[in-house]
Amino acid sequence: MRINLYSSHTATRLEGPLLTLERNVNVGLNEAVEVLDEQGRVRLGRIAALDEDSLIIEVFETTSGLSLSDTRVRFLGEPLHFGVGPDVLGRVLNGVGRPLDGGPPVSSQQRLRIDGLAINPVARAMPTDFIETGISTIDLMNSLVRGQKLPIFSSGGLPHDRMATEIARHAKIRGDAKGGFAVVFVAIGVSYDVAEHFRRTMESSGALEHTALFLNLASDSSTQRLLTPRYALTAAEYLAFIEGRHVLVIMTDMTNYCEALREVSAGHGEVPSRKGYPGYMYSDMASLYERAGCIEGQTGSLTQLPILTMPADDITHPIPDLTGYITEGQIVLDRELNRHDIYPPVRVLPSLSRLMKDGTGKNFTDADHPDLANQLYSAYARAVHVRVLASVMGTEGLSETDNLFLGFGDRFEQELVQQTRARSLEESMEIGWRLLRELPVAELTRLHDDQIQRHITSGENQHA
Amino acid sequence: MSEATITWISGPVLRAKTEDVFHINEVALVGEQRLLGEIIRIDKKEIVMQVYEDTSGLRPGDRVKSNGLPLSVKLGPGILGGIFDGLLRPLSLDAGTYIQPGKQVTTTNTFRFSPAVNTGEQLKPGAVIGTVMPLVHGRRQHCLVPPNICGEAVWLAAEGEYDDKQTICTLVDTEGKEHAVAMSHVWPVREPRPIRERLPTWGPLLTGQRVFDSLFPLACGGRAAMPGGFGTGKTVLQENFAKWCDADVIVYVGCGERGNEMAGVLHDLPQLEDPRTGRPLMERSVIIANTSNMPVAAREASIYTAVTAAEYFRDQGMRVALMADSTSRWAEALREVSGRLGEIPSEAGFPAYLSSRLADFYERAAHVRTLCGKVGSLSIIGAISPPSADFSEPVTTHTKRYVRVFWLLDSVRAQARFYPAIHPLQSYSGDVDDLVDFWSQHDHPEWLSQRRRFLTLLEEQSRLERMARIVGKDALPPRQQQVLICAELINEAFLRQSAFSETDRYCSPRRQAIMMQLINRFIDLSEQAIEHKVNAEQITTMPIMRRLRRMNEDISEDELEAFDVLLGDMESAFSSLLKKESQYAD
Repeated sequence: MRINLYSSHTATRLEGPLLTLERNVNVGLNEAVEVLDEQGRVRLGRIAALDEDSLIIEVFETTSGLSLSDTRVRFLGEPLHFGVGPDVLGRVLNGVGRPLDGGPPVSSQQRLRIDGLAINPVARAMPTDFIETGISTIDLMNSLVRGQKLPIFSSGGLPHDRMATEIARHAKIRGDAKGGFAVVFVAIGVSYDVAEHFRRTMESSGALEHTALFLNLASDSSTQRLLTPRYALTAAEYLAFIEGRHVLVIMTDMTNYCEALREVSAGHGEVPSRKGYPGYMYSDMASLYERAGCIEGQTGSLTQLPILTMPADDITHPIPDLTGYITEGQIVLDRELNRHDIYPPVRVLPSLSRLMKDGTGKNFTDADHPDLANQLYSAYARAVHVRVLASVMGTEGLSETDNLFLGFGDRFEQELVQQTRARSLEESMEIGWRLLRELPVAELTRLHDDQIQRHITSGENQHA
Repeated sequence: MSEATITWISGPVLRAKTEDVFHINEVALVGEQRLLGEIIRIDKKEIVMQVYEDTSGLRPGDRVKSNGLPLSVKLGPGILGGIFDGLLRPLSLDAGTYIQPGKQVTTTNTFRFSPAVNTGEQLKPGAVIGTVMPLVHGRRQHCLVPPNICGEAVWLAAEGEYDDKQTICTLVDTEGKEHAVAMSHVWPVREPRPIRERLPTWGPLLTGQRVFDSLFPLACGGRAAMPGGFGTGKTVLQENFAKWCDADVIVYVGCGERGNEMAGVLHDLPQLEDPRTGRPLMERSVIIANTSNMPVAAREASIYTAVTAAEYFRDQGMRVALMADSTSRWAEALREVSGRLGEIPSEAGFPAYLSSRLADFYERAAHVRTLCGKVGSLSIIGAISPPSADFSEPVTTHTKRYVRVFWLLDSVRAQARFYPAIHPLQSYSGDVDDLVDFWSQHDHPEWLSQRRRFLTLLEEQSRLERMARIVGKDALPPRQQQVLICAELINEAFLRQSAFSETDRYCSPRRQAIMMQLINRFIDLSEQAIEHKVNAEQITTMPIMRRLRRMNEDISEDELEAFDVLLGDMESAFSSLLKKESQYAD
């Protein structure tokens, strides 16, 4: 239901993104409005607070150029909706779902509320199906499963954009799963060249036809940034749960989203919490991240790969911190590995995929996959520990075993983390076994005897 | 019936003007959708409410209606084995794929009731009327007189099947007033249910996890907190408790946590068997799910809902364990609502009453004699998610004042995939002395001294590792190298316990005692060996070391005799080591 209700000459106050009106119409909280200036330019907004005499509108675009006398407001009588159809794939849209590629508007098969609704926990299906990304440190060590939300914690200057495009191109589902694959790429406050690079890569690789791009550029208003992931996730939910596709949503950069949240919150005059971010940032981010998942009895799934840049490389900053508490793990990128020209520069130890246990092993990937990952983790952690010792007293003071671990650590980074092309899971596992053969069998306590027999001692091993 | 008219709305908080009488913590229904809310502040002619559902579309002029009852939940036999939202409303597939505001699903369950008293008997508050057998999840429960009613039973239903709202007993109190009692009754969540007396905590709440039961045990009726940064395994541990701990009833509240994790719990519990009864674990569980994207005010209430449901089972004389994951999200909900009310923030933006609210919650854990004379207990295990893994933040520090058992999760261990990542030096348990008897009865009279020995070794290990960093491991004297070997064995073979390993996810007290004694023997033997001039390298390269380190994974509950074999092999390995050494010396 769309209604047209206008209110003019009622504006009493303009401050930042907030427009205060006298209340002469009966409208409800969170309903959408369009704010029109004297030239008739349309800005989207929503009703943020209400009392008996006045209402406060949060304008999602710049308020520059608005005046009190000539501003008219059109009330839509319902919260913001996005009309979305199957032809959203292959399109390039702006942050509020309007075409940027010169094409017609997206056909509106379904009008969905952009805020979405919380999935009933009972109706959720447990995510179990492995997605192969082609990156060893993800596939082998921190597997991504359908319906998971796995963020990439990056920092300025690290190649997270390159990783995102490569994952978008290579990601595939193993086995004979029903339903097509689709990518929704959401650029939140990114610079023009990043957006352009992504669009061109997807076009040239032919992947654009199963991709929908939502671009909110750095120059767009910060209030619009708050809407961009919501429009994009609405499209993704449509593709996943109405069209039955497996949708991978890549959102970059969530830090820009949180900055916009802080800016708008300050504009509202709200009591700030940590580092000036609003106290409800956890709930707000959860309302985006929790839209990932699988639903019982439906073929489609919605997987999220949000990317955020840690301010000052600080993983304890509220943005990565709160994200880590909501998402199911994290992939952490490291500046030092990047300096050593290791691509992708994934720092393995703090990275984690919580749902890995449900999507790997027998019936999903390979029966030995979880134990192999576990053993590699344990050995690499030991290697890093030995490296600290060696940095203090040199390699001469180390025992023979410790020296083997030191070598293992370097080869792990050079051979397993480093990769120049996408690898299949089997290739990644083979490298893993090869690296473990360098270590004394007695130290491989995370492997069963028969695993050692099949993979370690049967191959060439100097310590056998 | 009181009514009010909305004058101001922002997010989940609204103000309304009224001429009628409203009470603090009273429940009211808001607007046409009848959204559930609670009154949190009253000012002359104005009330302030927090609304537990999405407030989109509400407008000034909408009506608020209340019938004078505080925020209450319906407690009855039907809640065992079910999944509910933060206000104990059943979540079922009937509610649809998405949670719609204002939508309420009412379920009717029938139960088999058999009376245990006769008409004419005087029934005190909390007295047993009869037993209840749910038809779906077959676990016997008791039907009690609600704690606020008493009187003479003038009518009793015959044995048979009834739904939980039907009257099964009529009581007449001393003033001649009649009370109809059904199998379910309503109780306000913010009010602790009355008991006859509190008893000292007694006996362990076994979790099946060695690091807890053997090193940092929790007594029945105790309170534990488990802080840890993200990715340190809090949720997996909480789920493990829900699966393997030996309580009669588990109440699991997912407070502002992930939807996929709740899906995982719902997927696992019906499939897993209780190791003691062989019945599906779901039958003894109550799951309260308020995922992080569900309304924030209901998250605040969900903790109280959970503890009230747990007290209901405790009152029937059961041992109940409540897992709250995570109390930090609850505290944040408190902060969010407080911020909307414009209250003056205290530490880190939390309201000043955070500490007293935490105390109220943890104080509801107790080992008690119930009104009907049975002995029941309620133990609380609260997870804490400290921002930036900073353990000096308000929720952790305040909680620490109210709990006796503290399990700190260590991110360094978690990064090496060493689970459970409990930090053995920074965790503590105040319940240790109460549990010595228990372990003596389980063939482990030396428990207290061996536990101390393990902890001392682990402490020494951390000191020696710091030293080894400067002088090198090989430069340490053999005695100290032996300490490192023993500490590593304790870590690898005893403390590490994979939640996903079929053989090791649950460890019985018997197996724990055997393993602890075996490792203790290893420490003795290696000490002797070092005294006889065996060097540390010779010990670490013994082939038996691999079997020792992997005993947790390799030897299951059903083959405990394999530990005897291992013990024998270890003794002979050491004696041949000593023999070799003495020959060499000769």
